[in-house]
Amino acid sequence: MTPVLDVRALSKGFTMHHLGRNLGAFENVSFSVRPGEFLLLKGRNGAGKSTLLRTIYRSYLADAGQILFASDHGEIDLARAADVDVATLRQNEIGFVTQFLRPRPRVTAEALVAEPLRRAGVATGEALAEARHWLGTFGVKRDLWAAYPTTFSGGEQQKVNLAGALILPKKLQLLDEPTASLDTSARGALVRRLAELKAAGTAMIGVFHHAADVAELIDTELDLSPGAAPQEERDDVAV
Amino acid sequence: MSLATLTRAWEPMSYGFLDGSAKREVRRKMLKAVAVPGCQMPYASREVPMARGWGTGGLQVSCTLLNPKMRVKVIDQGADDSVNAASIRKFLARVSGAPTTTDTLEADLIQSRHRIPEEILREDQVLVLQVPNPEPLRPVQPNMSIARQMHADADYGRMWLQLYEQIVRAGRVMQGASYPSLVNGRFIMTPSPIPRWDVPKLHMAKHLTILSAGREKRLYVVPPYTRVEPLVFDDVPYRVEEHGGLTCTRSGATGFFMNEIPQDDGSSAYEISDSDFGVKSIRKREGEEVAFGATWYTGGEMEGQGR
Amino acid sequence: MTIALDAPRIVRTQPILQATGVSKSYGPVQALSDVSAEVYPGEVLGIVGESGSGKSTFLRCLNLEETPDRGAYTLDLPDVQGNLFELDRYARRMLCATRIGIVYQNPHQGLLMKHSSSGNVAERLLVAGERRFAVLREKAREALDASEFPLDRMDAPPVELSGGMQQRVQLAKAIALEPALLLLDEPTTGLDVSVQALVLDTLKRLQQERRITMIIVSHDLGVIRTLSDRVMVMRQGRVVEQGLADQIFQDPQHAYTQQLVHAKL
Repeated sequence: MTPVLDVRALSKGFTMHHLGRNLGAFENVSFSVRPGEFLLLKGRNGAGKSTLLRTIYRSYLADAGQILFASDHGEIDLARAADVDVATLRQNEIGFVTQFLRPRPRVTAEALVAEPLRRAGVATGEALAEARHWLGTFGVKRDLWAAYPTTFSGGEQQKVNLAGALILPKKLQLLDEPTASLDTSARGALVRRLAELKAAGTAMIGVFHHAADVAELIDTELDLSPGAAPQEERDDVAV
Repeated sequence: MSLATLTRAWEPMSYGFLDGSAKREVRRKMLKAVAVPGCQMPYASREVPMARGWGTGGLQVSCTLLNPKMRVKVIDQGADDSVNAASIRKFLARVSGAPTTTDTLEADLIQSRHRIPEEILREDQVLVLQVPNPEPLRPVQPNMSIARQMHADADYGRMWLQLYEQIVRAGRVMQGASYPSLVNGRFIMTPSPIPRWDVPKLHMAKHLTILSAGREKRLYVVPPYTRVEPLVFDDVPYRVEEHGGLTCTRSGATGFFMNEIPQDDGSSAYEISDSDFGVKSIRKREGEEVAFGATWYTGGEMEGQGR
Repeated sequence: MTIALDAPRIVRTQPILQATGVSKSYGPVQALSDVSAEVYPGEVLGIVGESGSGKSTFLRCLNLEETPDRGAYTLDLPDVQGNLFELDRYARRMLCATRIGIVYQNPHQGLLMKHSSSGNVAERLLVAGERRFAVLREKAREALDASEFPLDRMDAPPVELSGGMQQRVQLAKAIALEPALLLLDEPTTGLDVSVQALVLDTLKRLQQERRITMIIVSHDLGVIRTLSDRVMVMRQGRVVEQGLADQIFQDPQHAYTQQLVHAKL
C-alpha cells in the first residue's frame, strides 16, 4: 500500500540568534506511514519527538529532507509546500491533537467543538448535535456544554480539546501526548475513538508519555534517540 | 479728427454703475454658469454702494443685464415695498434708466431675496436670486477645497446623510429654506433661502434663474427647462410648507405661500407673501380689471408634486 | 538553513489581493521598501511590527489613502482591473467605498462622532447609491447587529459611546457593504483588556461566519495570534519574515522575530 506519509532524511535544528548558535533537534530521520497505521515515536526527553510532529505539521520549518504527503490533490512535500497549501491541508487532511486547548472567551464548549465541522460546511444545527455527541462521549458533563471552557479545569479542557480535534476524520492524525491529564474513562473514550479512526484508514503518529495507554493501537515504533535502530515493525503487542 | 470725436465724453459714472470690464466678467461667468447648470462660478465681485450681504451679488448681475428697455421688479421676501427692495429698485432704475414695475407679468428682470413670485415666469423673463451662502456642502464639509473636490466627484453621500440624521432625530426632514437640490442630475446647489414651497417652481421652469452671492463671490445658474430635484429619499416624499389651505386675511387669496402674523390672542393670521399678488387680488375684489398670470400652484397644489 | 518554499499547488484560486514592490518615502525617511504581500480569499493576514515599522503605512496604501512611490496593487474582483495605485481620485473613492472596509485604531479617523451610529453605517450605503430610507435603516441595523452592537443605542452618536462600542460602529460601517477586503489597523489597541477580548471575539466570529478576507495590523502579538492564519513581520519598512501564524510564533527564523516573540511569551 502506498504510504500516506513518506519522510526522507529529515533534519531540524533551531538557530538561536541571541545565543549565536544552532541547537540540533533531530537529523536525517526517515520513515513512512501507511493508511490505518499507528506509529509511536519513542526516545528520551529532548530526542525531538514533539519537534518531529510539529515539523510534519509545519509549525516548524525543516532544515533539510522531504515530508512527502499523499494528499487528495496528489503528492506534496510538506517541507516545501506553500503556506496556503499547508493551511488547506490542515483544514481537511492533517490533524494535530495537542495536550492544550486554546479556549477563546465567549465561545461555548459545543461551539468550539463544532467549529471544524462548520468550517467544512456542515449546517450549524447538525454540527452542534455532532459536537454534543462527542462532548458526551469524552465525558464532559452535560451542563458544561453550553458553558465557556475558559473557566474549565485542565482535565475538562482537554476533553473539549479532544472532542474538537477528533470530530472530523483526517487522513493523517498527529497526536502529542493527548492522554496527559485525562481520567481513566476519558482515556478509554479516546482510545476507542482513535481505534475507530484507525480502522477507517486514518494514519497516526503519536507521542505518548505512557505508551501503555494506547498499546493495542500501535503498529510501528520509531526511536528518535541518537544511535537508535531505524523504524521497526511491531507484530507483537507487548509494551 | 480730434480726440473728442474718438472718445466718449467724460461721465461721472459708467452705465449700469459697474465699469465695462466688471460687467464683461460677470457676463462671461454667467455664460459659463449657463453651460454647466448648478455649478458655482467664481467672480471678482466689485464694490457696490451697499454692504456685503445685502444683495450685492444679485445687484451686480442685475446691473450687468439691465438696459433702458427692460422693466425691473425687485422683491424682498416676496414684498415689493420693503426698504431693501425699494432701495435696490430705485438704485437700478437710476443707474440704468430702466422702468420699474411691481407686477410680475410686466417685469423683464426680477431681482429677489428669498422668494419666487407665485405667477409662472415666462421664457423672456429673468429671475435673479440673492444668495447669502452658495455652498450647499458647507454644513457637512467646512473645508471648501475638499467641498469643491466633492462637487467635482459628485460625492454627495454626506448630503443624504444629513437628511438621514434629520429623519432619525426629528422624524422628518428639518431643512426649511435653502433646500439642497440636484441640478440637471449633476450638481447639488442651494436654491438660496427660498422656502421649500418655491423649489419645485425651478424644476423645468421656462425662465432663466441666476443665483449670485456677492460676499462669497460665486454665481450659478438654473437655465430654462432644466431639472431641479430636491434631495429626497425614494420612500420619504418631498413636502412643501402646509400653506395650501391658508387664506390671506387682507386679500382673500387662497392656496399660496403666506406670512404668519401672530395675534394678541395667541392665534395666527396669514398674509400672502407675494405682496403684488395680494395687491392685485384686492384690486380685483374692489372691481378693477386686473390681469393675473397662471400660477404655479392652483388650489394650494402644484401639478406633479407628491412624486 | 531553511528550505525555500514552493508556489501554491493545492490552492488554485488566485490571491484576492496582490501587492508587489511597494515603496514609499517621506523625505529622507524610507517608510516602505519593496514590500510585497499576497492574500487569498477568506484568509486573515496579520502584520506585526513595532511602531515605525511601516505596517500602518502599508495598510493605508492598501486602503488607497496613500500613494506609494513605486509598486503595484491588484485586487482579483469582477470589474476591478490594473494597478490600483494608478486609479484617479474618483475611481479610488468608489473602490474603497464599495469593496474595502477599514477599522482604524482611532475611531475619530473612521467615524463622524456627532452623527448617529446608524448614520455612520448608512453613509457607506449612501455613497454606494442607496436612496431608500427604510433600506438604509434596515441594513444599518443588520450591520450593527452583526458587530454585536446593542441596537437600542443605534441612533446614539459615537461621541457618547465607550471605546469598545465605537470600534463596533466602525466595524459595522466597514462590513455594511460586505466588502471583499477588511483592513484593521490596531483595532483593539487602547481598549481595556476585557473589552479587547470581546472585540477580538466579534472579529473572529465575523470572519468565521462570513469568510471575509482580512488584513490586521497590530503591534500586539496576542491579537495577531488570535486572528491570523498567516503572519508577516515588518521592521524598518521591510518584510523580515512571513509564514503560517503558528510557525512564526513557534519557530521564528529571523533574529528580529525571535526577539519579538520571546519578548512577548
